[in-house]
Amino acid sequence: MSVLELIIALPLLAALAIWLGAPARAASLAATSINLILVLYTAVQYWGKTGLAFTYSRPILENPSLSFAVGADGISIILALLTTLVMLAAIWQIHDRPDIFYVSSLLIGGGALGAFLTTDIFFIYAFHELALIPTFLMIALHGRAEPAYRKAVAWKATIYLGVGSLVLLAGLVWLVLEFSGGSKLTFDLEALRSQARLNPLPDAKQAQIFFVLLLGFGSLVSLFPFHSWAAPAYATAPTPVAMLHSGVLKKFGLYGLIRIALPLLPHGAHVEWVQNALLLMLLGNILIMGLVTIHAKRLDDTLANSSVMHMGYIFLGIAAGTEIALKGAVILMFAHGISIALLFGLLGRMRNQLGTLEYNKLGGLASHAPAFTVLFAFGTFASIGLPGLTNFAGEVLIFLGNFTDFKAGVMTNLQWTVILALWGVVMSAVYMLRAYRSIFHGSPATGLFMIDPALSQRVPFIMLAATLLVTGCCPWLLLNLMKSAL
Amino acid sequence: MSVFTIEAGLALLGLALLLLEAFKPDISRRTLGLTAIAGTTLALVLFIFAPHDTASLPGFIQPWHQLDSLAIFYKGFALVITILVLWLTLECAPYLTRFTVDGKLAEMFSLPLIVCAGMMWMASARDLVTVFVSLELVTVSFYVLVAFARKSAFSLEAGVKYLILGALSTGVLVYGIAWIYGATGTMSFDGIAKALANPATSKTTALFGAAVLLCGLGFKVAAAPFHMWVPDVYQGAPTPVTAFLSVGSKAAGFVVLTRALDAFMVEGSIIGSEIQALLLVIGSLTALLGSLPAMFQASVKRLLAYSSISHAGYLLLALACRESARFDLSSGGVVAFYLATYLPMTVLGFLGLGLMRANGLGEDIKDFTGLAKRNPLLALLMTISFASLAGLPLTAGFLGKLFVFLGLADHGYWGALSCAVIAAAAGFYYYFKTILAMYTTEGTDVPALTFSVPAKAVAGALALVILILGVYPKPLQKVLTSDRPAVVAK
Repeated sequence: MSVLELIIALPLLAALAIWLGAPARAASLAATSINLILVLYTAVQYWGKTGLAFTYSRPILENPSLSFAVGADGISIILALLTTLVMLAAIWQIHDRPDIFYVSSLLIGGGALGAFLTTDIFFIYAFHELALIPTFLMIALHGRAEPAYRKAVAWKATIYLGVGSLVLLAGLVWLVLEFSGGSKLTFDLEALRSQARLNPLPDAKQAQIFFVLLLGFGSLVSLFPFHSWAAPAYATAPTPVAMLHSGVLKKFGLYGLIRIALPLLPHGAHVEWVQNALLLMLLGNILIMGLVTIHAKRLDDTLANSSVMHMGYIFLGIAAGTEIALKGAVILMFAHGISIALLFGLLGRMRNQLGTLEYNKLGGLASHAPAFTVLFAFGTFASIGLPGLTNFAGEVLIFLGNFTDFKAGVMTNLQWTVILALWGVVMSAVYMLRAYRSIFHGSPATGLFMIDPALSQRVPFIMLAATLLVTGCCPWLLLNLMKSAL
Repeated sequence: MSVFTIEAGLALLGLALLLLEAFKPDISRRTLGLTAIAGTTLALVLFIFAPHDTASLPGFIQPWHQLDSLAIFYKGFALVITILVLWLTLECAPYLTRFTVDGKLAEMFSLPLIVCAGMMWMASARDLVTVFVSLELVTVSFYVLVAFARKSAFSLEAGVKYLILGALSTGVLVYGIAWIYGATGTMSFDGIAKALANPATSKTTALFGAAVLLCGLGFKVAAAPFHMWVPDVYQGAPTPVTAFLSVGSKAAGFVVLTRALDAFMVEGSIIGSEIQALLLVIGSLTALLGSLPAMFQASVKRLLAYSSISHAGYLLLALACRESARFDLSSGGVVAFYLATYLPMTVLGFLGLGLMRANGLGEDIKDFTGLAKRNPLLALLMTISFASLAGLPLTAGFLGKLFVFLGLADHGYWGALSCAVIAAAAGFYYYFKTILAMYTTEGTDVPALTFSVPAKAVAGALALVILILGVYPKPLQKVLTSDRPAVVAK
C-alpha cells in the first residue's frame, strides 16, 4: 500500500459515498481536504529527493504485462498538488447545486490524480478517460446555454477528445510494441524507459511515433489546429467543470508528452520535420488564438480562448526540450492551472450575479466589490505574466531554455519562434487588461449590481491567489521538487 | 459423475419439463421456471466439481468429444448464460404472457435447457458431425424460441426470417462439410489438420470447402455479409431470447469457428494464408457494417443488435491473428476472454431493456430520457453496461478490445486495425448518445420506475463483474491459459 493509492482512491470513494446517500458537500470537502494534506505530505517527503518515490505495484496480468503501479516524481507531485488545490477550490465554490456537481468534480479530479500518479501506461490512459466522461456529461446536461447549443458543444468536445484519445492509444500501442523487447509485452513505463535507454530507436522512427503521440496528446491540450472544441466547451461548462478541465485535466496531454514521449523518444522532437510542424502549430496557438482572444466581446470567450492560447508557451518548452525549458513548462502548467481556475471560479460568480458577461454592458464593479476586484486582479496579472506571480517564472524559464545553445549571429528556428512568441505576451496584456478595465473600472453600469462574496466563500479564491503569490515569489519551491525529474 | 452425464441429464430435464407441462397444464410457471433454474444451477455445481479431462468421459463418446480448457470454459459459459436467461424470462413473464397464444410460457423454460446441452456438446466437439448435430439442436430450439410471442407480429416476422435464413445456412454448412470431406477424406478436426498440412491434398477443393463452411458459420455468428437478419430477429424476439441469441448462440458459433480455424490454419496448412486473408476482410467488414448503421438507430434493441454484429467483427479479427509469443492467450483464448466480458455487459443491457418493458415503457432511445431521475440505480447499471460495450477503460469491455487491437498491431494488420478503430469510435458515439439520454432531465415528468429485489441483486452482480474484470482480469486469463492441447499435425 502506498500513500498514492490512498490519494487516488479518496475522491472515488467519496463519490461512491455520495451516491449511497452521504451528505454531498461535507463528504467531498472532507475527501478533498484530506487529499490536499496527503499531497503536501508527499511533497515534503520528496523534498530534495530524486527519481520515482512511493512506488507500489499490483500485477493484474502477466503477459501482456499489466499492473496497477503507482509512483511519483517531482512532476507528478507538482501536478497532484495542482489537482488537489483546484479540486478543493472548485468544490468549495459550488453553491446550491444538485449532488451531481459534487460527484462529477470528484470523478474528474480523481481521474486526473490517477493519471498523474500511476506509472503503467494502461492506467494512465484509463484514468484520463474516466475523467473525460463526467466532463462531457456535465457540459451536455448542466452547461450554461440553450439545451441544443450545449449538447452540440458537448458533442464537439467529445468527438475531438474521443478521436484524439484513439490516436493517442494508437501511438501508445506502437510504443509498447516497439519497446517491449522480444519476449513480453509490457505497459510499465519504467520498463519501457529502461528499454529505450538500452536500445534507442532510429531517429526517423522516433520522429514518426512522436508525431502520432503529439497529435493524440495535442488534441487533448487544444494544440492548434485541433483546438476548436476548447473555447466553446469552457465557455459553456458549469463552473467547477470549467475550473477542473481547463485547470487540471487539460494538463494531462502535456504531462504525457513530458513523461512518456520525451523520455522514450528523446530525439523524436528534434527531427527537423517534427520540430518545424510543432513550432508552426504552437505559433498558431499563440499568435492566431491571441488575435482571436483580442476580438472576444465577452469575458467567458476571452478566458476560454486565452486558455487555448497559453498552451502554446508550454508546447514551446517541450519543443526546446532543454532541462531549463522543461522545468519552465512544468511550472507554467502549474501556474496556468491555478490562475485559470481562479479566473473561471470568479467568472462563475459574476455570471450568477450579473446575468451578463458582455464587456459593453459591464463597468465600474470595483466600487461595488473591492475584494472581488483584487482577487480577479491576481488572476489577470498572473495570466499576463507579471513578475512575482508563478506564470512569469514559467514563461521566463521557457524563453531562456530556448537560448541555452545561443551563438551570436546564428538563430535557430526555435529561437525565431521565441521572438515571435514574445508578441503573444503583448497580446495577453492587451486582452486581459482591457477585460479588467471594462469590467471593474469606468462608470458603473446601470442596473447591474454585484456584492463581494462572503468571507467563507472567498476562501477558495484566496487560497488560489496565495498559491500564485507564494510560488511566484519563491519558484524554487517547485524547482527543488524537480531535481532529477527531467 | 462425468461431464457428459451432466449434459445428458440437462437435456433430459428439459424433456421432462416439456412433458410435465403437457400432462399437468395447471402447473404454475413459477414452479416450472424455478425447477429449470434449480436444475441448471445444480448442473453448474456438479460441472465445477466434475473431473475435467477427456479420459473421464464415457469411452463410447471419447472419439467425438474432448475436454480441453476451451471446452471447459465454454461449457461453464453456456450454463451461466442459460441460468441468467431462465431467470430473465421469469422476471419478464407478466409482460411476455400477453403475447403468447395460451398465456403460458412452458417451452420458454424447457427449450433453453436443451439449447444449453447443445451448446455444451458443441464446445467439446472433435469433428464436424458432432458440430453439425449439436449446432442443429441449438438452432432448431431457437426457431421456436424466437417466434414464441406469437401474438406479436414482430416476433412472428422474426421467427420466419430466422427460420428461412437459418435453414439456408444449415444447407450451406452441410455443403461445405461435404466438400471438406471430399478434399481430406475425414471429418475429425485432427484429421483435417493433418490432411491440410500435407501438400498432396487438393488445395482448390479444400479451400472451396473451407470457404463455404465459413459462410455457413458466418450466418450463425452474424458475420458480414450474412448479418442482415440480425436487427429484425433481435428486435422481434422476446427480450430474454434476444439475450440468449446474442450471447449464447454467438459463443456457440465462435467455439466452432475456433476449432475449425485451428484445423484450417494449422502450421504449414496449404490454405492457411487464404483463410486468414478472408477472415481479415470479413472481420473488418463486419465491425464496420455493425457499427456504422448502429449510429442511426432509434430503437435501443436494434442498436444492441447492430452492436452485437460489430462485436462479432472484432472476434473474427481476433481469430485472424494466430498465436503470438508475446501473448499468453492464443487467438481462441482472446475470443473466449472477449466473450466472457461480453456476457455480463450484454445480459445487463437486455435485462435493463426487459425491466423497462415490464414497466410499460418502449425500447427507443427517447424512452430512456430521464431514466436517471426515475430510477438512479437502473440508470447507473445501464451506464456501466453501455460504457463497457463501448469499450471504456477500467471496464471489462476495454480489455477485450485492447487484446484484439494489440494482436492486430503485433502482426502488422494495419488495414484491419484501422477498420476496427473506426468501428470502436462509432461505438462510443451511439452508446454515449443513449447514456446522455438517460441523464437528460428536461421535459420529463414521468413516474418513478420500480423493479424487484432479485432483479437489483442480479443486475448489481453483473455490473460488479464488469468492473472487477476491467481491473483484475487475471483469474479469467488463468482459466483460459491452463494447458490447452493444441491441434497439431502429426
